[in-house]
Amino acid sequence: MENSISVAGLVKRFGQTTALDGLDLTVAQGEVHGFLGPNGAGKTTTIRILLGLQRADGGTVRLLDGDPWHDAVSLHRRLAYVPGDVTLWPNLSGGEVIDLLGRLRGGLNPARRNELLERFDLDPRKKGRAYSKGNRQKVGLIAALASDVELLLLDEPTSGLDPLMEEVFRQVIAEEKGRGRTVLLSSHILSEVEALCDRVSIIRQGRTVETGTLTQLRHLTRTFISAELSTPPNGLASLPGVHDLHVEANQVRLQVDSAQLDTVLRQLTSHGVRSLVSQPPTLEELFLRHYETEPAK
Amino acid sequence: MTAFTGTGSLARLIVRRDRVLLPIWMLFLAVLPLSLASGTATLYKTDAERQGYIDDLGSSPLLLLFYGTKPTDPNLGALIFWRSATGMVIMALIGVLFVIRHTRVEEEAGRRELLGATVVGRHAAVAAALVTMAGASLIVGVLVALGMMSQDTPAAGAFAMGLAWAAAGILFGAIGAVTAQLSEGAGAARGIGIAALGVAFGLRGAGDVTTGLSWLTWVSPLGWIYNVHAYAGDHWWVFGVIAVATAAVTVLALRLSARRDVGAGLLPPRLGPASAAPSLSSPLALAWRLHRGSLYGWLVGLGVVGGLLFGGVAKTSADLLADNEELTQIMQRIGGRSGAADVFLAGTLGLGAIAVAAYGISAALRMRTEEAALRSEALLATGVSRLRWAASHLVFAFLGPTVVMLVTGLAAGLFYGATTGDIGREVPRVLGGALVQLPAIWVLAALTVAVFGLTPRRAPAIGWAALSVCVVLGQIGAALQLSQALLDVSPFTHIPRVPGGPVTVVPLLVLTVIAIVLVVAGLAGFRRRSVPVT
Repeated sequence: MENSISVAGLVKRFGQTTALDGLDLTVAQGEVHGFLGPNGAGKTTTIRILLGLQRADGGTVRLLDGDPWHDAVSLHRRLAYVPGDVTLWPNLSGGEVIDLLGRLRGGLNPARRNELLERFDLDPRKKGRAYSKGNRQKVGLIAALASDVELLLLDEPTSGLDPLMEEVFRQVIAEEKGRGRTVLLSSHILSEVEALCDRVSIIRQGRTVETGTLTQLRHLTRTFISAELSTPPNGLASLPGVHDLHVEANQVRLQVDSAQLDTVLRQLTSHGVRSLVSQPPTLEELFLRHYETEPAK
Repeated sequence: MTAFTGTGSLARLIVRRDRVLLPIWMLFLAVLPLSLASGTATLYKTDAERQGYIDDLGSSPLLLLFYGTKPTDPNLGALIFWRSATGMVIMALIGVLFVIRHTRVEEEAGRRELLGATVVGRHAAVAAALVTMAGASLIVGVLVALGMMSQDTPAAGAFAMGLAWAAAGILFGAIGAVTAQLSEGAGAARGIGIAALGVAFGLRGAGDVTTGLSWLTWVSPLGWIYNVHAYAGDHWWVFGVIAVATAAVTVLALRLSARRDVGAGLLPPRLGPASAAPSLSSPLALAWRLHRGSLYGWLVGLGVVGGLLFGGVAKTSADLLADNEELTQIMQRIGGRSGAADVFLAGTLGLGAIAVAAYGISAALRMRTEEAALRSEALLATGVSRLRWAASHLVFAFLGPTVVMLVTGLAAGLFYGATTGDIGREVPRVLGGALVQLPAIWVLAALTVAVFGLTPRRAPAIGWAALSVCVVLGQIGAALQLSQALLDVSPFTHIPRVPGGPVTVVPLLVLTVIAIVLVVAGLAGFRRRSVPVT
């Protein structure tokens, strides 16, 4: 088994609206996969289909070599899920919910449970209604992370966590990856994605618009260059991949597609570089480009 | 008075939020005595006719329990004030629920915090809920009074009656405001508030039914309101008592509210166990935790108290009927004293069954609550199949009412047997009367399950609507002279009148099969559809 999750051409409609419109997603075994997209892009719907809670209207879905709709119960014993908004039973304590969910998944590791309670600094004795948003999220995370499962499906799991807990979460996920678990992490926090994810899929309006390693994605972005040359440059404008070119005597400012960086730098050095400032591509830039809604057609 | 700053704005917010619900119940209650008065006026024209009617109704302790002591004057207004007394209990119930809805529910949802951070005084939230409830109650009171005056009853009596209705809403609104301060959860606040109303009702009822215990009526706030006796003395001074009590309870609510933190209750939240007991490892174990409170409540409320009351009153009511000469002939036809007691028992067990059907529906609707709160999603994402999850709740929707009816029948049978001196004979007969009701109860719970599985968003509306239809058909269907085909819509119509009547097995079997088919359809739908539907 190579891929833990393979989704191709997934379609899901709710009445008139099309939530998923040919979505593709491949998560290899043992990787941490970032799942990004603006609100309403279809991330939660995708995860619910992977859980067999909703049925796809089209496309193929394979999860841990099974069919999520038909084999739901046996697959659920091998995965753990944390929703973006964990809701608890008001009259059950956090510790009770952790134990219950763990047992229903087929058992949880008590030592790991206690370690996580300590690291996330959670009082398991409080009743469900008494927890704040962040603490409810911790209950869901601990229940999932203390279970001995192959795959973690996390839907914006850190919403409401403070930066300190966010850091604990990153350490724990890094450890899980070290143990060979596969993680699908839906998130909006780019630093989290950069720190944790091997590969990333960006979806928008129910379709996958970008997928690959972070390095590959960086290649899709542009580098900003500002240089002072010995002689006024020429021929820059005709080079492929150059954008927003400004030339004032010996001063040059431009943006270049990462794939064309080498060619442009050769051209610049041929004019004698006196000083050079270059800003690496930021993921933010890439994400923002994809998050912005398309103008009405 | 900065503590009350913002009360007006919050009251307007309440009116805005309840702009549909508020007029509906106000109009419903305002029209109730009017329609009763116009109907009664055409049927009973003279004082003598009305006195006969009052004596007929008053011969049943069960009716005295609801209506209070018989009016001392048989004029139309006094008869209507007496007959529509249940409307005042409904006003009181709405008062409790309305004030909790706009105080504790808001606080639990965190919306009070949002408003509390604006320019709003400490007392404003409680005050706004009370002011709105008082305003709505007074409008209902004025409408009731105007409606009664339109039936040519004296103005003084009409206004005493309207004020009594308004007072029920206002006084119990204030009591609701106190119970809203006690617990963190709105559910517990409602429970305490309704229990307080139940105690008030029980004290008043016991005082009105039992000779020698009439002082009990004066212990109960509901008793004061009944004792206004509009059109039959117009005891205006009682309003003085009610006003003083309302003021005292309101001050208590405001004091309690000012003493505690926003979001907290006066009863401190208890910490739970740090880890789950080994038994909490299945959906059924979780369902037990979620359902046990209401199961206990129904067992105690209806099973024990109701059973003892039904059983204990059965013989008294038969004896009272026997003293009534006009009814003796009818009594002979239905089998003498024990026959009358049987009719009473079959009737009250039928009433109890309607209440238990409400329990079955609410237990079935628990699945919908869990789904809408996204809690079922968390469970269904573990190794729990949909059927196993649903079954854990269905156990309570079907076995819960069964156990409650069983205990009701046993308690009523034991008590009735004790009064007649033949426990061995009465227990199986009365228990049978309770158990024959079960198929009808199951049909209503099963209908709710079917709707939940097939079109979940409509489940609460259709479940409760079905129960309302059964109540209307069962309680006033015959009086409205509805056709038998229409009456047959209610499953309760097909339940044999036991004890006393013959047990017909076929309708019971048919109802049980209908219930099974509905559950199967619901589960089949639930397995196919998306979860959660929000």
